[in-house]
Amino acid sequence: MLGFRTLLYKEVLRFWKVSFQTVAAPVLTAMLYLMIFSHVLEAHVQVHGVPYPAFLIPGLVMMSALQNAFANSSSSLIQSKVTGSVVFVLLPPISYVEFFLAYVMAAMLRGLMVGTGVVLGTIWFAVPDLQAPLWVLTFIVLGGAIMGALGMVAGIWADKFDQLAGFQNFLIMPLTMLSGVFYSIHSLPEFWQQISRFNPVFYMIDGFRFGFFGVSDVAPETSLAVVATSFVLVSAATLALLRSGYKLRS
Amino acid sequence: MSVAVAIDRVEKRFGSVSALAGVSLQIGEGEFFGLLGPNGAGKTTLISCLAGLARPDTGKLVVMGHDVVTDYRAARRLLGVVPQELVFDPFFSVRETLRIQSGYFGIRNNGDWIDEILANLDLTAKADTNMRRLSGGMKRRVLVAQALVHKPPVIVLDEPTAGVDVELRQGLWQFVQRLNRDGHTVILTTHYLEEAEALCGRIAMLKQGRVVALDSTSNLLARFAGQTLNLRLASPGTLPEALRARATESGGRWTLPLADLGEIEPLLSTLREAGCSIEDLRLTQTDLEDVFLGVMQSTVSPNKAAV
Repeated sequence: MLGFRTLLYKEVLRFWKVSFQTVAAPVLTAMLYLMIFSHVLEAHVQVHGVPYPAFLIPGLVMMSALQNAFANSSSSLIQSKVTGSVVFVLLPPISYVEFFLAYVMAAMLRGLMVGTGVVLGTIWFAVPDLQAPLWVLTFIVLGGAIMGALGMVAGIWADKFDQLAGFQNFLIMPLTMLSGVFYSIHSLPEFWQQISRFNPVFYMIDGFRFGFFGVSDVAPETSLAVVATSFVLVSAATLALLRSGYKLRS
Repeated sequence: MSVAVAIDRVEKRFGSVSALAGVSLQIGEGEFFGLLGPNGAGKTTLISCLAGLARPDTGKLVVMGHDVVTDYRAARRLLGVVPQELVFDPFFSVRETLRIQSGYFGIRNNGDWIDEILANLDLTAKADTNMRRLSGGMKRRVLVAQALVHKPPVIVLDEPTAGVDVELRQGLWQFVQRLNRDGHTVILTTHYLEEAEALCGRIAMLKQGRVVALDSTSNLLARFAGQTLNLRLASPGTLPEALRARATESGGRWTLPLADLGEIEPLLSTLREAGCSIEDLRLTQTDLEDVFLGVMQSTVSPNKAAV
């Protein structure tokens, strides 16, 4: 147990030591998004009867949390692989399940911290409702865990930083940006609405937003089912990868 | 003597390359054991298999009675590995690095032992320095310290003195010898053969994934000739027939291997009786380098050599 706790502590300390870059920077980015989009659209757009800045905030919180959860585990693994310091966590008696839990939980924690930071940074512009906090917590925790696990897959798979950047820019970014962070999918043409329904991140954002406003594009139970299933699938794949020793133990 | 490390018919292939082709070794508790071989002989692969960094295709590796695959938790707790590459985690100070490494092995409140290791490796002054700011030699010492945080009974050093200055090398060996005297089993791979000769009680030589020699250091030195007598005669062609069978000639000098020093006197008297006049005579001691080169160049069958 202490091995797992130490690995979790190390992973948290790793991003906390550079929190200006890992927490403060994404909070600032989210604030800039809010300032620009709400300035342009506030007078023109309401979604589900909610003014646009308030509608946008939960989306930005979730998007930032998800992207940073992914960034945490993926960058930690690729860095330690490239520098070789990954041996320090491979030599001790730490099981692959403990390894998985430590990286995913640290990623989730960074996601939560960034998410909280975005709330604190944007609440000055608009205050969204908070109708069902438990849904909010459930979706951000599950979403962070999925992205943390995906980050592990990417970090283990990639041999070089540019491969990881490819994974991040061509998969994670489009999935999060096109998930309804900035809009309700009902505002999209039918074809793109259908495409969006294949994006699991859409359900994370939609369920998360339901917790604030009590309204959503799809039923929150549906979102929860999709997100929970995604979590189980991604976790199972990551655990299988770790168990096989793929690219970690030759 | 009980067995600290047992390696039984371990094979490991990387694609079409056979890195280990059936290695079997037993290392006793408290031994200072050397693992020698040229680059690509399989030393690091063997150590990786022992440490769980690589998985053998077939065969079995056991550390203090614990299988490194099926009982990996116990096996890894009993093993401390100093990796060959100079690796470090740039986020942490020396003390943080050692505290974290202790935690990985399930040890809390390890401050006293960490202080002792730091003092022994002359790192106390650098304890709170970030790893990035250390010189290469200092980083190497931290690697040694990391391998020792959990007081492992078996310590593996994979070329720990590569690129390390002489002073540190001496200090490091004194520390490792003390650990060995205190009962730790030490397994060392090195390219510095004089180091292996001075430190190791027993040596295995690997070549292309096979053990080609395995014996005590003294036996290995003795087996490969012990001494040689190097002669230059006033007239090179005059070496008596009786000696020619065992001598080799190169550049006007004759080299005669000696089983022991008692052979010198009869040899000289044979030369005297034949009327040979000696211009120059040298007696050279075989060192591990000669043994190593002899083994690597010979076509000794592995089974014969691995006694």
